[in-house]
Amino acid sequence: MDRQQWGTRAGFILAAVGSAVGLGNIWRFPYVAYENGGGAFLIPYLFALLTAGIPILIMEFTMGHKYRGSAPLTFFRLGGKKSEWIGWWGLSVAFIISTYYAVIIAWSMRYTIFSFNQAWGEDPEAFLFSEFLKLDVAPGETGGMVWGILIPLIIVWGLALGILFKGVKKGIEMANRIFIPTLVVLFLIIVVRAVTLPGAATGLNAFFEPNFDLITDPTIWVAAYGHIFFSLSIAFAIMITYSSYLSKKSDITNNAFITGFANSGFELLAGIGVFAALGFMATQMNVPVADVADAGVGLAFAVFPQIINQFPGMNGLFGVLFFLSLTLAGLSSLISITETYVAGISEKFGTSRSKAVVFGGGLAAIISTLFATQGGLFFLDAVDYFINQFGVAALGLVEVIMVIWILRKADGLRSHANLTSDIKLGGWWKFCLVFITPIVLGYMMFGLLKQNILQEFATDTGNYEGYTTTFVLFGGVAVAGAALILGILLSLTKWNKKHASFNEEDKKVG
Amino acid sequence: MSMGAIVMMIVGIGLLWGGLTASIVNAVRKSRKTA
Repeated sequence: MDRQQWGTRAGFILAAVGSAVGLGNIWRFPYVAYENGGGAFLIPYLFALLTAGIPILIMEFTMGHKYRGSAPLTFFRLGGKKSEWIGWWGLSVAFIISTYYAVIIAWSMRYTIFSFNQAWGEDPEAFLFSEFLKLDVAPGETGGMVWGILIPLIIVWGLALGILFKGVKKGIEMANRIFIPTLVVLFLIIVVRAVTLPGAATGLNAFFEPNFDLITDPTIWVAAYGHIFFSLSIAFAIMITYSSYLSKKSDITNNAFITGFANSGFELLAGIGVFAALGFMATQMNVPVADVADAGVGLAFAVFPQIINQFPGMNGLFGVLFFLSLTLAGLSSLISITETYVAGISEKFGTSRSKAVVFGGGLAAIISTLFATQGGLFFLDAVDYFINQFGVAALGLVEVIMVIWILRKADGLRSHANLTSDIKLGGWWKFCLVFITPIVLGYMMFGLLKQNILQEFATDTGNYEGYTTTFVLFGGVAVAGAALILGILLSLTKWNKKHASFNEEDKKVG
Repeated sequence: MSMGAIVMMIVGIGLLWGGLTASIVNAVRKSRKTA
């Protein structure tokens, strides 16, 4: 059977943007920018986008397009067994991320319903932790199942796997054609409403006020590169898998620029909406913006419900728009994350797509119920931190070193991209991948390892979030380590004979 | 809002949305209809 393909160029771009635009764009970027120099952060951020984000995106698009396989198959065809394990490592990381990412989408879905009558009441923070998550166990304990999370979680997995069952064109492409334009429209309404609230200018001032003194501080450059890296869905198999469904003559470089700029454009829009709303809340409470600014779960599920409570009118509608946006952004990303292992399993073991969806997606869905327990948030927080830092970021570094330094594929990939792309790649692209990306990521990984091994966090235990060393080891480090070991083990198994060989000449365009 | 914040907002929106618009216009100009 022929390999599946995207129906149109726009379909591919919408799917890639749908993957890149996720929860982090809405709840991570605004706070990272605010904490790292405000408006001045935009300088290292743009620099990171152009020297690391887009160059890696071009590299991954080209690899998928040239070798036409899931991440493990692409790495196998690129460098044989020597590099195949990197593809499986990425796929294992994607598998783990999907197990908890689905749970956050389930929360968003539930909060969309809560928004109608602001069911969180006068104290949204207490409601979140006590009534909704029922978080009254210690880190490392599961407690009982929380049915209010489990039921929407089943719906989330049902939707995601249902879309994946339909295939690339009729499933993923069709879903993103609906999700992404809807998300943009919903978020534009949120932003327009937020910037017209009293106090919005105070919030925007806090967000954009540049602190140029910080520009020489390496920390903000690392924060910018780190954010671009996590935001673009690069380095964990997704973009390689998606680009492997492109037709032979499709553009690569310009598609990467559109995807990169769309992702960053959206998160800047999110920053405007979030900080305008925070400015409104700070004004209502008569406190500085710094007192209400937050990120992650706290921002979305505790601070935003408080903002919705204080809205001058149509509180429910604003809440529905916000949580529906989170749900759509999350769902389009979850689909892309799950597709990586559906494709990998199907190609390695020669199973049908449907069986791979049932087995891979089903297993992830079962494991994700761990995060729907009373202690789920602690597990989610630890796994998320360690899998991102020692899964995604480490993978990015290893991937670039393997492809560019060890296998020396930069020139070959550049020639391949230039065959079909509107924008021709010059020496800048190779320079970014040979020098800038490995140096910045290497520096970042060194800092992270040092901080975690020497327990340098400003907490009681010195560990991330003040967790005990036992919980950090079993709830975080072991999970990130398991992804690497699983990746190596899977690379030792034999390929289905249909994919066991690859002739580069066959795949040249022309 | 301070002048610095306004300038950075305009620069950020201009560069990111300008970059996106330029990339899309470039793609449309080449009029590639298929992926």
